[in-house]
Amino acid sequence: MSTLRVNRIGLEPQVYKGGKSTLCAGCGHNAISERIFEAFYEMGVDPSQVIKLSGIGCSSKSPAYFLGTAHGFNSVHGRMPSLATGALLANRKLIAIGVSGDGDTGAIGIGQFVHLMRRNIPMLYIIEDNGCYGLTKGQFSPTADIGSRLKTGAVNDLPPLDLCALAIELGATFVARSFSGDKPQLLSLLKAALAHKGTAMIDVLSPCVTFNDHEGSTKSYAYVKEHDERLEDVTFVPFFEDISVDYEPGTAQEVKMHDGSTMVLRKLGEGYDPTDKINALTHLTEASRRAEYPTGLIYIEPDREDFLDQLNVVEEPLANLGLDRTRPSRAALTEIMDALR
Amino acid sequence: MAPAASAVRGQSLSSGQQRVVNDFSIQVATANGSGSQSANLVLLRSLLLMGIPASGKNMFPSNISGLPTWYTIRASQRGYIARKKEVDVLVAMNPETARDDVAALAPGMVVVYDEPLKLNEVRSDLVFYPVPFDKLVAPVCPDAKLRRLVKNMVYDGILAKLLGIEPALMEQALNKQLGKKAKAVALNSAALKAGWDYAEANLPKQDPFWFEPMNETAGKILIDGNAAAAIGCMMAGVTVVAWYPITPSSTLCESLIGYMKKHRVDQATGKHTFAIVQAEDEIASLGMVLGASWAGARAMTATSGPGVSLMAEFTGLAYYAEVPAVIFDVQRVGPSTGLPTRTAQGDLMTVAFLSHGDTRHVMLLPASVQECDSMAMEAFDLTEQLQTPVFVMLDLDLGMNNWASEPFAYPEGPINRGKRLTPELRQRIGEWGRYEDIDGDGVPYRTVPGDGMPAYFARGSGHNAKAQYSERPGDYLDNVDRLVRKFETARTLVPAPEVVAVPGAAVGFVAFGTSHWAITESRDQLREEAGLDTSYLRLRAYPFTEALGAFVDAHERVYVVEQNRDGQMLQLMKLDLAPARVAKLRSVRHYNGLPLDARFVTDHVMAQEGHIVATSATVRAAAMLGGE
Repeated sequence: MSTLRVNRIGLEPQVYKGGKSTLCAGCGHNAISERIFEAFYEMGVDPSQVIKLSGIGCSSKSPAYFLGTAHGFNSVHGRMPSLATGALLANRKLIAIGVSGDGDTGAIGIGQFVHLMRRNIPMLYIIEDNGCYGLTKGQFSPTADIGSRLKTGAVNDLPPLDLCALAIELGATFVARSFSGDKPQLLSLLKAALAHKGTAMIDVLSPCVTFNDHEGSTKSYAYVKEHDERLEDVTFVPFFEDISVDYEPGTAQEVKMHDGSTMVLRKLGEGYDPTDKINALTHLTEASRRAEYPTGLIYIEPDREDFLDQLNVVEEPLANLGLDRTRPSRAALTEIMDALR
Repeated sequence: MAPAASAVRGQSLSSGQQRVVNDFSIQVATANGSGSQSANLVLLRSLLLMGIPASGKNMFPSNISGLPTWYTIRASQRGYIARKKEVDVLVAMNPETARDDVAALAPGMVVVYDEPLKLNEVRSDLVFYPVPFDKLVAPVCPDAKLRRLVKNMVYDGILAKLLGIEPALMEQALNKQLGKKAKAVALNSAALKAGWDYAEANLPKQDPFWFEPMNETAGKILIDGNAAAAIGCMMAGVTVVAWYPITPSSTLCESLIGYMKKHRVDQATGKHTFAIVQAEDEIASLGMVLGASWAGARAMTATSGPGVSLMAEFTGLAYYAEVPAVIFDVQRVGPSTGLPTRTAQGDLMTVAFLSHGDTRHVMLLPASVQECDSMAMEAFDLTEQLQTPVFVMLDLDLGMNNWASEPFAYPEGPINRGKRLTPELRQRIGEWGRYEDIDGDGVPYRTVPGDGMPAYFARGSGHNAKAQYSERPGDYLDNVDRLVRKFETARTLVPAPEVVAVPGAAVGFVAFGTSHWAITESRDQLREEAGLDTSYLRLRAYPFTEALGAFVDAHERVYVVEQNRDGQMLQLMKLDLAPARVAKLRSVRHYNGLPLDARFVTDHVMAQEGHIVATSATVRAAAMLGGE
């Protein structure tokens, strides 16, 4: 956590804190909330311009636990993407973070997830992925791995959805995976996500300490730590900091973000190129065969237009336009009426 | 074809027969996808250009091409524009339905038909005008592919000659209908002339029906209710629209897209002062609307019954989290997929209480295209004033059919954006709570993201006045009881009913929406045919205002007329009115998918009134059963 008293826009860390978490002690989601708090503080994002959105479930409770001075909307199960889309259409200056879960995204909300990725809505979309329904006591979710076991002994026979592979397939422009326990990687990815123009989707493996952190669960702390395959070391350099990152030439790749900041990826995986879509999908498929989770920035397309640009919407928030801008003139109505005679 | 061959009406056709002027209906039976809509609208426009009050109703299948379609135009010198059940002049173009269509006519009526169908062999008590359409269209339309479309304009020419429509006016109507497409205008104009010339040479007048110029339509526009609502939305300053295609509401948003692209583009930058999104389904449509409204935009969606069902969960969220939303429900026949291209007023109960738990929603009930425009604007004010969803309940008849109307007035004065927290108010009240009832009207003050005012956490879960998560019984009661107060406030803000109180009348009508046009005509029928004077209250919104109770008090029997099976408006009234008032209510229910006609209302009221004279016990039973 930052030791600075104030950040670059002069706000104290306190402003970025939220309510006390009511999730289980040790829940991976709490660690993610802390990283979100840090990323927004360190990037100097003004909380009064932030909206936090969520669906239903343990994950979706968490927006109450960070950025308490920002507006929030805890909506209905699986439908957060549409709410976020509407809010950003109304006010494109807002910075939106949506928090969802593997059930909220992969089951009831899969339809809205699909179309959010297609539209490239400018927002952070965090999936707190624990492979189970925590709030209803541990049922399997669509990301539960084949062969994983409930406490009752029931075995999951269905193949899991790989939400990262799916997102890439759907046209997402920023797809990453991380682990709630990996502080530096998750923080770097969150900061990079804030700099991305378009939907930044991060699938964060986040073990459920109560229902899915036992032997036989592929989303337990132990399992993820053992099977976490890092694609690269991610270092994110915001546009307001000097670039002075220590990396070996020839082994690192810079990704220029739209706001001028830079993401430096030190390649651990052999020749991994996150701008190559086919390569990204191949890599995910192969890792899945090995029951490994590649983490890091899996795919990025930094230059694609976001949805607001595609819709050719004015720069000012639509919500703030006065009647002089939104009500056509008397002459316009006369013209319409004349055409109907 | 020798003219004599068509004269088959026999003895009833005498030279002394009474002329029927400007008071009859024409039904054109075709297959959909055959391009008859242009010809039908040209016919309708011609009558309006002649100054004759006229209405057109399209009865079409849920299909793109090949299934039967009927378009009925009614001219009424008294200005009645409700559907008329009886067909006076049939244009039989569809071999599939021609024989049934002919069989349904009353004796003495007229049939213009495609000669090869040999419909004159079906009955001998009608006036038949056979027309060799294919032979007539071939010379004027060299392109064989277009003949199927152009053929329709031939019957317009035939009807113009037979019924007395000024050719120059029909030409004018054609130009209006086809606009700048010069080639199409020339082609169709030739077809009109071919029809006219054929009728002049071969079809001597043998029926009593005539159009004659009047002066009742000067300055009027012709528009469907969906386009009218779209104009209202644009003038209300809507900025975010999310929708999913569904008959019969799609053309509302499609019209809106057209108008907005023309009139809502920033001159300096060429950018849009709006965002319209075709969403992935109706759930997402309403989700986007709620997100946008929560963030301070004026936002709307339009749908029909199946979409309303899908929107239930989000509607409950909007009610409880108190987020504005304007939702147009262009009602069609349910349940389930039902009859997607037929009309009904069947979503009232569903919408009034949409979503689980205790909810109540505001509904506006437009009866005319003018009200589609004005109520669209009122809906945006109301939803922000009340911070709750407002449903505007059209039906297919209103939304998709063309109606002649006075032009719409330019909205005067400012819009009402509802209660927003201001720095001054914040100073006065000290600490602000999102759901605190400062004014005692149940409506709290809100802030929106980015406005610099304090933030809050909106949620569909239990919350206290500060919008904090709460499961405390007291907090829950405070909220839901305040929402009841808010609904009482809605009563005072929604459009008041329109009341026609006839002194001394024992019988009153309560109706709403498109039923209005049949009621207007039925009241005349009851007065003229049975000497029964009736008063009339036209509901324009739910919740009801006190005027409804007073109206019931002032009459002995009140007929609630509606277009659904279960008397849904009657049920809503029963929930609101005291037992003594409920005892006076009777029910007339029409629900076959076709627009309500006056004769149906008159017959049902007469039957129930007749029973009252006979035995009052049976009447109660009849009133309970009601319907068709």
